[in-house]
Amino acid sequence: MASYNLDESYLYQAAGPFAITTQDLNVYYGNHQATFNANLKFPSNRITALIGASGSGKSTFLRSLNRLNDGIARVTGKIEYQGIDINQAAVNVYEVRRRIGMVFQHPNPFAKSIYENIAFPLKQLGMTSDLSNRVEESLRAAALWDEVHDKLQESALDLSGGQQQRLCIARAIAVKPEILLMDEPTSALDPISSRKIEATMQQLKKDYTIIIVTHNMQQAARSSDFTAFFHLGHVIEFNKTSHLFTTPRMPTTEDYISGHFG
Amino acid sequence: MNDVQRKLMQPSAATKQDRRGKIISLICIVFILILTVSLIGFIAVRGLATFFTNHVSLREFFFSSAWNPGQLGKNGQPQVGAAAMITASFAVTLLSAILATPFAVAVALYMTELAPKRGARLLQPVIELLVGIPSVVYGFIGLIVVVPAIRTLFGGTGFGVLAGSLVLFVMILPTITSLTIDSLKQVPDYYRSASLALGATRWQTIYKVILRAALPGILTAVVFGMARAFGEALAVQMVIGNAALMPTSLVTPTATLTSQLTSQMGDTIMGTLPNNALWSLALVLLLMSVIFNVLIKWIGKRGEMQK
Amino acid sequence: MKKSTNVTAQRNNRWALLGIKAMVGVVVLILIALLGDILITGLPHVSWHFLTSPSKDFGAGGGIANQLFNSIYILVLTLLISCPIALGAGIYLSEFARPNFLTSVIRTIIEVLSSLPSIVIGLFGYLILVIKFQFDFSIFSGAIAVMLVNLPLLTRNTEEALHAVPQTQREAGWALGLSKWRTISRIILPAAIPGLVTGVILSAGRIFGEAAALIYTAGQSAPLISYTNWNPFSPTSFLNPMRPAETLAVHIWKLNTDGITPDATQISSGASAVLIIVILIIILGSRWLGSYLYRKMGGTKS
Ligand SMILES: Nc1ncnc2c1ncn2[C@@H]1O[C@H](COP(=O)(O)OP(=O)(O)O)[C@@H](O)[C@H]1O
Ligand SMILES: [Mg+2]
Repeated sequence: MASYNLDESYLYQAAGPFAITTQDLNVYYGNHQATFNANLKFPSNRITALIGASGSGKSTFLRSLNRLNDGIARVTGKIEYQGIDINQAAVNVYEVRRRIGMVFQHPNPFAKSIYENIAFPLKQLGMTSDLSNRVEESLRAAALWDEVHDKLQESALDLSGGQQQRLCIARAIAVKPEILLMDEPTSALDPISSRKIEATMQQLKKDYTIIIVTHNMQQAARSSDFTAFFHLGHVIEFNKTSHLFTTPRMPTTEDYISGHFG
Repeated sequence: MNDVQRKLMQPSAATKQDRRGKIISLICIVFILILTVSLIGFIAVRGLATFFTNHVSLREFFFSSAWNPGQLGKNGQPQVGAAAMITASFAVTLLSAILATPFAVAVALYMTELAPKRGARLLQPVIELLVGIPSVVYGFIGLIVVVPAIRTLFGGTGFGVLAGSLVLFVMILPTITSLTIDSLKQVPDYYRSASLALGATRWQTIYKVILRAALPGILTAVVFGMARAFGEALAVQMVIGNAALMPTSLVTPTATLTSQLTSQMGDTIMGTLPNNALWSLALVLLLMSVIFNVLIKWIGKRGEMQK
Repeated sequence: MKKSTNVTAQRNNRWALLGIKAMVGVVVLILIALLGDILITGLPHVSWHFLTSPSKDFGAGGGIANQLFNSIYILVLTLLISCPIALGAGIYLSEFARPNFLTSVIRTIIEVLSSLPSIVIGLFGYLILVIKFQFDFSIFSGAIAVMLVNLPLLTRNTEEALHAVPQTQREAGWALGLSKWRTISRIILPAAIPGLVTGVILSAGRIFGEAAALIYTAGQSAPLISYTNWNPFSPTSFLNPMRPAETLAVHIWKLNTDGITPDATQISSGASAVLIIVILIIILGSRWLGSYLYRKMGGTKS
């Protein structure tokens, strides 16, 4: 593997508006720095894919955006959302997290019924009006309604992996976020389920800004509008997906997408 | 500031919930800590009175075996020698650990190495039941079965260190066994396969590889068992004979720290020397249990360093 | 040469494995003999009369009614006090405590408490509750002492049960904007129920058999009480928590140390059998309930 200049990067200036931007974001696990001066702008109602080898800091970056690294890692720099730097102690993290939802690598439905998986967080957040409609709406948006509408009272744990993951998407969007973070949401699923989730994402894009971590390059190429390439904690390249995969600007990116490492 | 920004900058109900939850759970833990610290404090104060108020010397307490705090001895001083009880406590503890350890290791090996499936299914309930039997029941069985048996075999009353050790042997067996199982389970599988692949027999693998790797864990298990034996009161008190005399043989009546406390505490008056002397025994018990704790930590650290 | 060492090794192997199996056999036999002895000598003395009549100090033919009730009363009271505290403490250790020096001090102190002999804890209860605060020998004093024995174990069990719930469940809650506390109380705790319940039931078994912590706190006498007097402040009411209350386990010990009851051995046998049966039921119950709850939580209907 060649040695690359990590401080050089190509960042395409996409047109706004932006749902969320980061400025000089650094993340440290104790003494170990996992993210270096990340400057990224995520266009609203677009899907941005984060790609890069395992351990390149994609999850670390993503989890910083909704402050899920609080208490685990030290995060410095700015995260601007709705005109506010949400990376300040004074900011209400609960509100941040409600507005910036997340779907994880492994489906993690609650050990409750399908209905309760969505209704329960809504109740906890005081969104009690029109509960069953909201549940139906979210399940439809996640393309799960047709499969589960007649067994809403059954345990969510009895669903297949792909269904569980779509339930998690439904649960995330039920609380009306603006941004949806997805950390390798299909890596634990079979190809058919993965395709269903990709299709769902295309539908969701109308209403949400989606940032998805994937190390499946086909998936990134198929389903995202923009792609950011991470290497050893550095953002090496950010570009329109079509450009990044066809005419990469950085040698590191080129080597990665042509399969020379990672 | 717009509405969204205000919401983002204001603390919400969730902030309060978190603070309240943390405080409530912290109160629970602090409650336990305060109780523990005051327990240690009160027993220390009572136990030290023998030395500071009654001016009994530490030397006499630990090395004399004349225990008669209610009366003056030949030298005109009250007799507060705890050596007999301390010796008896250590004797039953060591003897029961020596008896129990081989059996515990055998059961643990059977459950993890020889017959992991069937053995565990059969023996797990056995261990749970042995743990579940209350100590008074062990004492009672000791009294009606073990003591008469010893009396028949060795003469005398049958009460004493041997009876106490036999009862404790069964009581600490499950403790040592289950902790040994835990440490055997932590020996990585490739140790086993590597050794067997080199042509070692099952026993050679167990003896030279597995037991050696699990040694710190097994030692910890034994110390846990000893701590339990040292602190056990009623079962021992029922079979030890309750005579505050130095045990001259395994089958003469004697008394341990716990048995002496159990049988005498109700008969002394708070604040008097005989009472203070008993609290000193309790303090020794307390200190020993701290020492066992330190020992366990120390073995654990040593074990980790070797890895 | 190689051959002969091999033969020796094989022979040693055979003998050693045989030895291990023999020792396992001995342990199983000990348990069978113990249980057999207790049940065979004890059960013939257990009758409805035995279970429902009061004990007699000096005459033969006494029962264990009050002791049995006292054991249950202390068990219930102890669990009522220790469960919430252990739950809170376990939540703190599992969910809030940071891995730092202070936390390790807290853990060490709790470990020390859990390794203290219960006679020492009983004597502390005697010193503080019975003498200093003058609660006298009472159910209340006894319950507090047993609580102290029980708390560290139950706390540890709570912590382990919570810890066993996957981290992904917590993150699911946090990522929805739920507070840490709501995530714990509404997601983690329900998911940990099988482990929590099993722990509580097993601790019930320990409490029921506990005696050393009780002889100087709940006392060694069972004064006559009336089961029709529902006024908890009346000294003869069975509900009065301030009355002295010898439990079943203490009764067995007392009978065998005083030697004034003529049929002490028979009564002890019967009482031991009752004690063992209750504890057997508790152990089996915890296994059954534990696996039932696991199935229910992981399984089909919720
Ligand atoms: N909780 C953690 N504590 C310490 N180091 C971590 C933690 N999580 C991730 N890391 C480290 O941070 C780096 C980036 O990891 P991660 O963000 O998980 O990468 P990716 O998601 O791209 O695979 C890795 O070196 C990893 O070891
Ligand atoms: Mg990752």
